[in-house]
Amino acid sequence: MAIHHLAAPKLVSIAQTNGILRSTFEFHPRPVAVEYFRQADGTKEARLNVLCVATILFTKLAGRAKCLSVPRYSAVLTGLLVFSAREALASSPTNIFDPAATPAHSIFSLSMLVLSVTLAIFLIVGGLLLYALIRFRHRPSDSDHEPAQIYGSNQIELSWTVIPILIVVMLFLSTTRVIWQTEAAPKPSGALDVVVIGHQFWWEYQYPKLGVITANELHIPISDPKSPTPTYLEMSSADVSHSFWVPRLAGKTDLIPNRINTMWIDPPETGLYLGQCAQYCGAQHAKMLLRVYAQSPADFAAWVKQQQQPAQADLSNNPLAEEGRVVFLHNACINCHTVSGTSATGRFGPDLTHLASRDTIAAGSIENTPQNLRKWIADPNVLKPGCLMPSMHLHDHDLDVITAYLTTLH
Amino acid sequence: MQTSSTIPVSADSGEPWVLPHRGIVGMWCLIAAESAIFLIFVVAYIFYLGKNLSGPLPSQVLELPIVGTICLLSSSFTVHAAVTALRKGNVRRCTLALALTILLGAAFLLTTAKEWHYLIYEAGLTIQTNLFGTTYYSLVGLHATHVVVGLLLLIAAFLFSLSGRVTEAHADRLEVLSLYWHFVDAIWVVVFLVVYVIGR
Amino acid sequence: MANATTTLEAIDLTTPVTRPPGPGVVYEWLTTVDHKKIGLMYIVYALLFLVVGGVQALIMRIQLAVPNNHFVSPQVFNQSFTMHGTTMIFFVAVPVLFGFGNYLIPLMIGARDMAFPRLNAFSFWLSAFGGFLLYLSYFAASGLYGAGSAPDVGWFAYAPLTAKVFSPGHSTDYWTLAVLMSGIGTTGTAINIVATTICMRCKGMTLTRMPLLVWLYLVTSCMVFVAVSPLTAAQIMLCLDRYIGSHFFDTQAGGSAVLWMHFFWIFGHPEVYILILPSFAFINEIVPVFSRKAIFGYPAMVAASVGIGFISLSVWAHHMFTVGMGPAGNTFFVFATMVISVPTGIKMFNWLATIWGGKVIYRVPMLFAVGFLFQFLIAGLTGITLSVAPFDWQLSASYFVVAHFHYVIVGGILFALFAAFYYWYPKMTGRMMNERLGKWHFWLFVIGFHVTFDFMHIPGLLGMPRRVYTYEAGRGWEIWNLLVGIGAIIQGIATLIFVYNLIHSYFRGKEAGPDPWDAWTLEWATLSPPPSYNFAIEPTITSRRPLWDLKHPEDPDSSYE
Repeated sequence: MAIHHLAAPKLVSIAQTNGILRSTFEFHPRPVAVEYFRQADGTKEARLNVLCVATILFTKLAGRAKCLSVPRYSAVLTGLLVFSAREALASSPTNIFDPAATPAHSIFSLSMLVLSVTLAIFLIVGGLLLYALIRFRHRPSDSDHEPAQIYGSNQIELSWTVIPILIVVMLFLSTTRVIWQTEAAPKPSGALDVVVIGHQFWWEYQYPKLGVITANELHIPISDPKSPTPTYLEMSSADVSHSFWVPRLAGKTDLIPNRINTMWIDPPETGLYLGQCAQYCGAQHAKMLLRVYAQSPADFAAWVKQQQQPAQADLSNNPLAEEGRVVFLHNACINCHTVSGTSATGRFGPDLTHLASRDTIAAGSIENTPQNLRKWIADPNVLKPGCLMPSMHLHDHDLDVITAYLTTLH
Repeated sequence: MQTSSTIPVSADSGEPWVLPHRGIVGMWCLIAAESAIFLIFVVAYIFYLGKNLSGPLPSQVLELPIVGTICLLSSSFTVHAAVTALRKGNVRRCTLALALTILLGAAFLLTTAKEWHYLIYEAGLTIQTNLFGTTYYSLVGLHATHVVVGLLLLIAAFLFSLSGRVTEAHADRLEVLSLYWHFVDAIWVVVFLVVYVIGR
Repeated sequence: MANATTTLEAIDLTTPVTRPPGPGVVYEWLTTVDHKKIGLMYIVYALLFLVVGGVQALIMRIQLAVPNNHFVSPQVFNQSFTMHGTTMIFFVAVPVLFGFGNYLIPLMIGARDMAFPRLNAFSFWLSAFGGFLLYLSYFAASGLYGAGSAPDVGWFAYAPLTAKVFSPGHSTDYWTLAVLMSGIGTTGTAINIVATTICMRCKGMTLTRMPLLVWLYLVTSCMVFVAVSPLTAAQIMLCLDRYIGSHFFDTQAGGSAVLWMHFFWIFGHPEVYILILPSFAFINEIVPVFSRKAIFGYPAMVAASVGIGFISLSVWAHHMFTVGMGPAGNTFFVFATMVISVPTGIKMFNWLATIWGGKVIYRVPMLFAVGFLFQFLIAGLTGITLSVAPFDWQLSASYFVVAHFHYVIVGGILFALFAAFYYWYPKMTGRMMNERLGKWHFWLFVIGFHVTFDFMHIPGLLGMPRRVYTYEAGRGWEIWNLLVGIGAIIQGIATLIFVYNLIHSYFRGKEAGPDPWDAWTLEWATLSPPPSYNFAIEPTITSRRPLWDLKHPEDPDSSYE
C-alpha cells in the first residue's frame, strides 16, 4: 500500500517591501496520487485516486506571479473594472442607471435596493461556499476514514427557510409599491395625449387633440415637477408586437395588435432621449429606433404649430421640387404615404408632410440628408434589407426631383 | 479479474413487494398530458366567448346533443362491463360488451357528424367564420379525434376477442384501454358543460 | 439459488461478449429497445446538435462584435438566433438530459429496463426526426416567391409574427412541426420514466430510499405532462391558423397575440425547470460522493424539488410583465416568482451543508459541480432582480435577460452536464476520461464562460435589446459585445477539447472497473459498461446508499433512516 504525500507549497519567506506584504512560495509541480484500500466482507476492494487540483493550480499561479501579491493583484483588477465600467456607463445615452424621468427614477431606486440585497446574499452564500470548499478539502495528511456522515437537521432547515421567506416578503412589498405607483398613477389635467402605433418597422405618432400625425421622432414638452405635464402614451400596433423602450425615461411597454397599452413619461429636462424597439418584430427589428425630443413648452408649441400646417402649396420658386411633386403624386408612393394638402393619403407608411423637419429617416437609422434620402428612395432594401418599402425603380432624374420635393417638406 | 459487489437480502422477506401495474400508471400519465392539452383548448374557448366580431353565435346555432351524450356515457358502462366479464373469465360476454361499446361510440360520432353538417351547410359556421367557429370546431374536433382513436383500439380488442385470442390474463390490458375510454367520456362531460351549457 | 444465502451476487461473472463491428451493429442500434443504448443515442445526438448550435452562436457573436457589421445578412442572423435557441432547448438540452435519465434510472432502481422499452425507442426516433425536420428547413422551406428558409421567428415564435401573412413560406411550419414532434417524444419518455419509477423499483426500495436523481426525474416527468402539452396545443392552434384559416392568434379577426404568449410561457417557464431539475439531480449525486458525505437533508431536498415543480407552474407571466397585464396581474406573478426562490435556496444550502465537514476531492466532475454551485447562485440572484417587475420593465427583452438565462443554462445546466459526463462516462464505456484534458476543458470553459456571460449583463443595463442583428455605435455597447465574442471563441475551443476527450478516452482511457469513484448507488454495483440485463439478480436494498452499507457494515445508513 503506497501513500505519497501531497506536496504542499512551502512558505519560504514573508517580506515587507514598500509597505506591501509579499510572500514567496516554493512549490513542487508533481501531481500526486493517493491510494486507499477498502475492505468489505473480505471480498471487495476499491481504489480511489485523489488529486487536489485547485490548490495546486492556484499555488502554481501564485508562484509564477511572484511580482504580485494577491491583495495587490485584486486591487489592480478591481480598479480596472471600475474604471472601464464608469467609462462605459458614463458615455451611454441609454443607460438605465441614468434616469431622466419619474418612472425611470422609481425603477432606479427600487433596483438599487434589489441589487444591494442580492449582492449581500451573494457575498454571504458565496463566501460560505468558498470557505467550505477550501477548509474541507481533502488533505493527504487526513486519515483514511470517511468524514462524519450527517444526514440533516430540522432546525437548520427551518432557519434557512424562514430567513429567505422574510427577505422575499420585504422585496415583494417594495416591488408592489412601485408597480402600483407607476401603473395606477392618476392622470393630471395638464397631461399630453399621444397615440403611438407600431408598424414594421417604424413608429407612428398621433396627437389627437392637436390634430398632428407624424412618424419616428416623438416631440414632447418637458414636465415641471411643480405643475406636471406628463405625456401619456396610448399604444397599439398595426401588425405584429413591438415594444417602446427609452431606458432613461421609463421601462418598456409592448405595442400589441388588437390591444391598447398605456404608459407615461415626464422628463423635466430638455434633450434628445434615445431607445429602440425591444420586441422582435421581423427582419428590421434592429433598426426601429426611438428618438424622443423633450422640448421647452415654447419650443414644443412652435413645433406643434408647424406640424399642423399642410405641405406648402406654392413651389413656384423651386422648379425641381415642383416637378418632383408631380412625379411623386403620379407614382405608387401615394398608396402608402400621406402629404397633407395633396392627394397623397396613404396610411401604410410614415406621414411625409414634415419629412424634412426630421433629423433622421428610416426610423432613426439614417441621417436625413438629401444624399441619404435619394439613396433610400432608390432602393430602401440596400440600407435596410427586409424593410417593407419596395424600390419604385425610378430612373435618376425622377429620383433627383423627388428628393428635391421631399426636402421642401418642412 | 472478478470485481463484484454483493447486495444483502433482507433477512425477513416481510410483505410481498407489490408495485402498481405499469400499464395503468402509464395510462394515467397519458391522461394527465392529454387533459392539459384539452384544458388549453377549453381556456381558448372560454377566453373567446363574447369576443366574436361577426357571424353566427353559439346561442343561435347550438343545440344540446342529448342523444350523443347518452350514447357516449353509456359506453363507459359497457366497457366497464367488458373488463369485469373478462376478469371473471367470461370471454363471450366481454366480446358482446365491447361490441356494444363500439356501437355506442360510433353512434356518438354520427350525432356529431350530423350536427357539423347542419352547422356548415345550413348555419354557415366553419372554422374560418369567426372566433366561435375556430374554438368550437377545434375543441369538439379534438375530442372527436380521441373518440376515433379509442374506437379503433376497441375494434382491435373486439376482433382479438372474437377470434378467441383474448384470455383472463389480458384483463389488465383491457382495463388500461377502458381507462382511456373513461377519460374520453370525462372530457366530453367538460366539453358539454363548457360549449353547450355555459357557452350558449 | 437465491433465498438461503445472506449475500447475493449482483454481478454476472461471465466475460462480456465483444462482437466484431459490421452491418449487424447498425441494425442492432437502429432497432434496439435497450434503455442504455437509447440513452447513448440521445446523448450523442444532443452532442452533435450542441456543436451546430455553438456554430450558430459564433456566427451571431462575430456579426455583433462591431457595430453595423456585415458578416451576415439580417435574414441569416434572425434565422441564427431562432435556430440556436430552438436547437439548444429542444434538440440539445432535452435529449441529453432525458438520455442520461434513460440510461441511469433503471440502473439506479435495480431494474432491468424501462417500463415501456418500445415506447422508449419510438420516443427517441420521433425526437430525432424532429431535429432532422428542423434542419431540413434550410433547404426545403422556400415557399412561393422564394420566401422562407430556416425559421426566423425567434424560439418562442410570438404571434402574430408567425401568421401566414407575416411569415410567408414554410419556415414557421418546419419550426412548428419539428418542435411538436420533439414534444411528443419528450412526453413519451416522461410517461416511461414515471411508470418505471413507480412500478419497477427493486425490492426494498421504497420511494424514500430512491436516489435523489430518480426523485428529480420523477418530478421533472410529471412536469412534462402538464407543461409540454400546452405547447402542443398552441402549436396545433398555430397550424390550424396557418393552414385552415382559423383565428386563434389572428389579431385582424379579433384573435389575441397575448393568448399565444400565455400558452407559450405556460409551457416555457416550466420547461426551463424541466431542464434544471435533472441538473440538480446530477449535482445531488456528485457532490456527496466527492465530499465523501451523505447528502444533507434528503427529505428536505425531496420536498424542495417537489415544491419547485409545483410553483414553477404558476410563474409563467413573469415573461410578460411588459405586456400590460395590469398591476394586479403583475403583482401576482412577482409574488410567485419570488416564492420559488425559497425552495431553490433550500437546495443550495443543503449542498453547502453536504460539503461542510466533508473531505472534498477535486476531480474533474467535482470541478464542474463547484462551477455549477457558484454560477447557479449568481443566476438565481439575477433571476430575483428580474422578478422585480418594475426592474424587469427595463431589463426584459434586453441582453441582461439573455445573460441571465445563459448563466442558468450554460453556467448551470451545461456545467452539471459536463460533471455528469465525466462522472458516468466510466460506467457507460468502461474507461476513465482523461483527467488532464478534463482540467484543460474545465479551466478554459470557465474563463470563456465568465468573459462572455459576466460582461453580457452590461449591454443590457445600457439599453441593448435582444435579437438585433446590429446596433448603433455610440451607445457604449461596442466593447462589451467584442469581449462577449472573445469568450465565445474560448468556450468553443474548450468544447472541442471535451469532444476530443470523449473520443480519445473511448479508445485509450484507463480501465475503470465497476466503481471508480467509490460511490454508493446501485449503478456502481454492476459492470462497466453494464451487461444488457443490468443485474444478474435483482438486488434487494435496505437503505438509501446500498453500497455504503456494503462498504461500511459497521455503520450502515439503515441504522439512521
